[in-house]
Amino acid sequence: MSNEKIQAGLDKYNASVEKAIAKFPERANLPEQRLYTPLDISETDYADEIGFPGMYPFTRGVQPTMYRGRFWTMRMYAGFSTAAESNKRYRYLIESGATGLSCAFDLPTQIGYDSDDPISEGEVGKVGVAIDSLADMEVLFDQIDLGKVSTSMTINAPASVLLSMYIAVAEKQGVPADQLKGTIQNDILKEYAARGTYIFPPRPSMRLITNIFEYCSKNVPKWNTISISGYHIREAGSTASQEIAFTIADGIAYCEAAIKAGLHIDDFAGRLSFFWNAHNNVLEEVAKFRASRRVWAKVMKERFHAEKPKSMMLRVHTQTAGSMLTAQQPNNNIIRVALQTAAAVMGGTQSLHTNSRDEALALPTEESVMIALRTQQIVAYESGLADVIDPLAGSYYVEALTNKIEKEAWEYINKIDEIGGAVAAIEKGYIQKEIQDSAYKWQMDVESGAKTIVGVNKFQIEEEPPKGLLKVDASVGVAQCKRLAEMKAKRDNDAVKAALADLKKACQDENENLMPHILNAVRTYATLGEICGVMREVFGEYEAHVNL
Amino acid sequence: MDIVEELLKGNRLALSRAITAIENEYDEAMDIMKKLYPHTGHAFVLGITGPPGAGKSTLTDKLARAYRAQGKTVGIIAIDPTSPFTGGAILGDRIRMNGLTTDEGVFIRSMGTRGSLGGLSHKTADAVKAMDAFGKDIIFVETVGVGQSEVDIVKAADTTMVVLIPGMGDDIQAIKAGILEIGDVFTINKADHDGADKLVREMNMMLDLDGLMTDWRPPIQKVIASQNEGITETIENIEKHFKYISENGILTKRRTERSKNEMLDVLHSNIGSYITKKLVESGKMDEYVEQIKARETDPYTVVSNVMKDMLK
Amino acid sequence: MAKVRVLVAKPGLDGHDRGAKVVARALRDAGFEVIYTGLRQTPEQIAEAALQEDVNVVAMSILSGAHPHLFPKVVNLIREKGMDDVLIIGGGVIPETDIPALKEAGIAEVFTPGTPTGDIVEFIKANVK
Repeated sequence: MSNEKIQAGLDKYNASVEKAIAKFPERANLPEQRLYTPLDISETDYADEIGFPGMYPFTRGVQPTMYRGRFWTMRMYAGFSTAAESNKRYRYLIESGATGLSCAFDLPTQIGYDSDDPISEGEVGKVGVAIDSLADMEVLFDQIDLGKVSTSMTINAPASVLLSMYIAVAEKQGVPADQLKGTIQNDILKEYAARGTYIFPPRPSMRLITNIFEYCSKNVPKWNTISISGYHIREAGSTASQEIAFTIADGIAYCEAAIKAGLHIDDFAGRLSFFWNAHNNVLEEVAKFRASRRVWAKVMKERFHAEKPKSMMLRVHTQTAGSMLTAQQPNNNIIRVALQTAAAVMGGTQSLHTNSRDEALALPTEESVMIALRTQQIVAYESGLADVIDPLAGSYYVEALTNKIEKEAWEYINKIDEIGGAVAAIEKGYIQKEIQDSAYKWQMDVESGAKTIVGVNKFQIEEEPPKGLLKVDASVGVAQCKRLAEMKAKRDNDAVKAALADLKKACQDENENLMPHILNAVRTYATLGEICGVMREVFGEYEAHVNL
Repeated sequence: MDIVEELLKGNRLALSRAITAIENEYDEAMDIMKKLYPHTGHAFVLGITGPPGAGKSTLTDKLARAYRAQGKTVGIIAIDPTSPFTGGAILGDRIRMNGLTTDEGVFIRSMGTRGSLGGLSHKTADAVKAMDAFGKDIIFVETVGVGQSEVDIVKAADTTMVVLIPGMGDDIQAIKAGILEIGDVFTINKADHDGADKLVREMNMMLDLDGLMTDWRPPIQKVIASQNEGITETIENIEKHFKYISENGILTKRRTERSKNEMLDVLHSNIGSYITKKLVESGKMDEYVEQIKARETDPYTVVSNVMKDMLK
Repeated sequence: MAKVRVLVAKPGLDGHDRGAKVVARALRDAGFEVIYTGLRQTPEQIAEAALQEDVNVVAMSILSGAHPHLFPKVVNLIREKGMDDVLIIGGGVIPETDIPALKEAGIAEVFTPGTPTGDIVEFIKANVK
């Protein structure tokens, strides 16, 4: 059918719509356009913009066969209380069919404090496992073969230290570093912009990141050295376009820092990975995944002149949106997570964490985690969504939306370039302000009823308080401090002192790669707090920019 | 709690309550100020102003730490704009100074402009006096911008520092005049950003053209507050300026001028509210307004008559 | 001209400040003066800031589960400073079962996920001294 014919049909249709609306008004707050036709994507060049799976610009996915070969990695983020407790949960997950581990650390660990630091009071073991030293890490991975499992660690500011501990545990298991598989989040820029667990100012933080890139490219080649994360930007309230735009702008900043440090783009770009949020609006999310791959491929090819196809692939881990879980009628969250899972799968994710229904209330119970994992398995094995590659390609709406999100993302990326890059935009508070404005708008839309959240502002019921929530006992903190004290009494304190002195010297020399020095300190059982303390002394601490 | 007695004994809550009384224009504020006044006049008052995003709070934080290291006690009044639409305000300067909060030698108070800019300079001056009477050695008054209101506020200061940053583009043109008028010392913050040297040159040129009326030429110091660079030099500049105004009688002159302004401020606001109250209570207010509206009389005649009646 | 002054703070180490920031803005839009102190505030810092700012309300948000420890500590420190009439409220990921103990400890009200900001504004207006 020619465009003229379609246009004629569309005109006729629009006239009929006028009449229909006069009789039956449409719901409020709908997207501007009610129907999409071939006309909406008539400018889109299939070969250039959409293409084929595993080929530039990777709109349709990064692998040639996608889930027809192997499903995505079903990776459940877990960890709480002590290393021993978390170790039990990990082994339970592996037995239940999870194919990768994902470690959650408690806040003191994420911010580089030991469990016995006064600032850690009340936080030890709460949102993840407490790791003070190599001794805890040994317990965490007890009876788990690090040569087989792939492990993702949600750790950023002290990523270098936790990765070193992981390498050291593997050494003790007899697994060489070049066999290790996994990911560290290691994305400090989004910590400043959205997540809040930063330690050092941008400059030394970027140095630590490029040190890891360099060290791993030589010694831990299968390790994903960064997971550039839009997840938390979205959780902080951004829109879908902002999520991928700000994250890709962060990615550009990391590449520039690495290139400035003397690395070649194709030596590290293949190990960069991304982390997206799977939000409520299914089709918008699918379009977001597709658009993000296209934008990143273009960035790598046109801006950084990468040559290896692998450097141009946006590989992504996904988590369903925690902020969309409701405390009201928590079982409804199972349905939300199922739809979000469908979006992530139709979007072509490489791995997925599904949230549990009770996470707006507390840490998930084992039963809830099981349902969340089963959700992925049902989508994989029963729904058929994973049987054909990029099944929504060619949908007039999804293709048009993919184009629109891409366009909006480029506008943000260009704006951030004008400001002087992601680091400058964060220092000026630009990115934070954009996110906050979106978050405020969302909240006001919910409160005005422009946006409906089932069970929250519509279809509410009287509810009994939920029972059987997981609680982390306060005694965990006491026990962990005791373990720490015992460990400190046993270790060779002279060796610790020497290793920390050596690390301090290395920190002061900007040209020195810190990884071997940190690994050295970790092996002596120097604690996370001691190691980060040395770095705090030399590097100082970041002061947040708040512009409400 | 006897606010004055407790404040003079060093009770921080009393100081806090005194400032609240001043801010909210409680009736007891006048009594508090009367009793505190004899205990004032010891503190050095530093005004800090500059455009939004110049890093004033971070700079204040670093300067305060430097003064604390010298053993001096510090008071900080941080003023942020009140929304003219809702009357609310977000006062976010403290976030840059969180590290000072638990230092007993530092007292930080955030204030919103609350719509009445004229009243604000008066209230700020009184809050400064409360901190002065409390025994603070140095009091910072930090405000956004360099408009007329800020000029009034910094009149409460002995030395006024203007903070600028590179890359402000045309903004700098717009505020030049105001800057020259009030800056005793200039600080170029974020001096590691592009354009810092250019800004210093521009500022120097402006000072050259200005044909200064005094022999104090405001120094221009490059600073990176976030990295504590240039803080020592900035303090030296502040001290040099203070020495200069002390030795040349300017400080005495400024403080005399300030005393006069204080008295006039109090006089104006008290007479004004006294007469307004009388007019409202007697019902004459409405009567006069009606007459003026009907063009039976005019505001000037009314005021002349009221003054004749009430102030004989 | 008295104005309601509210200290909005995040005690503990969690960095999730979306809620705290949204609430801060909503309180401003309701005509309050909001003193925002940001992340990683110790109970001592919050109590001392409340004193220096002479606030009427202290509003805290925690999503990490550290509320049973931190909320009561802040209440005690504020009361120790002689600020008996300050309204102290909390919010975040807080299980229903924890709320009675927090109220017992002096938290006037606990707002859980999904609370409209308007409810918080109304609560403050009705209970502020």
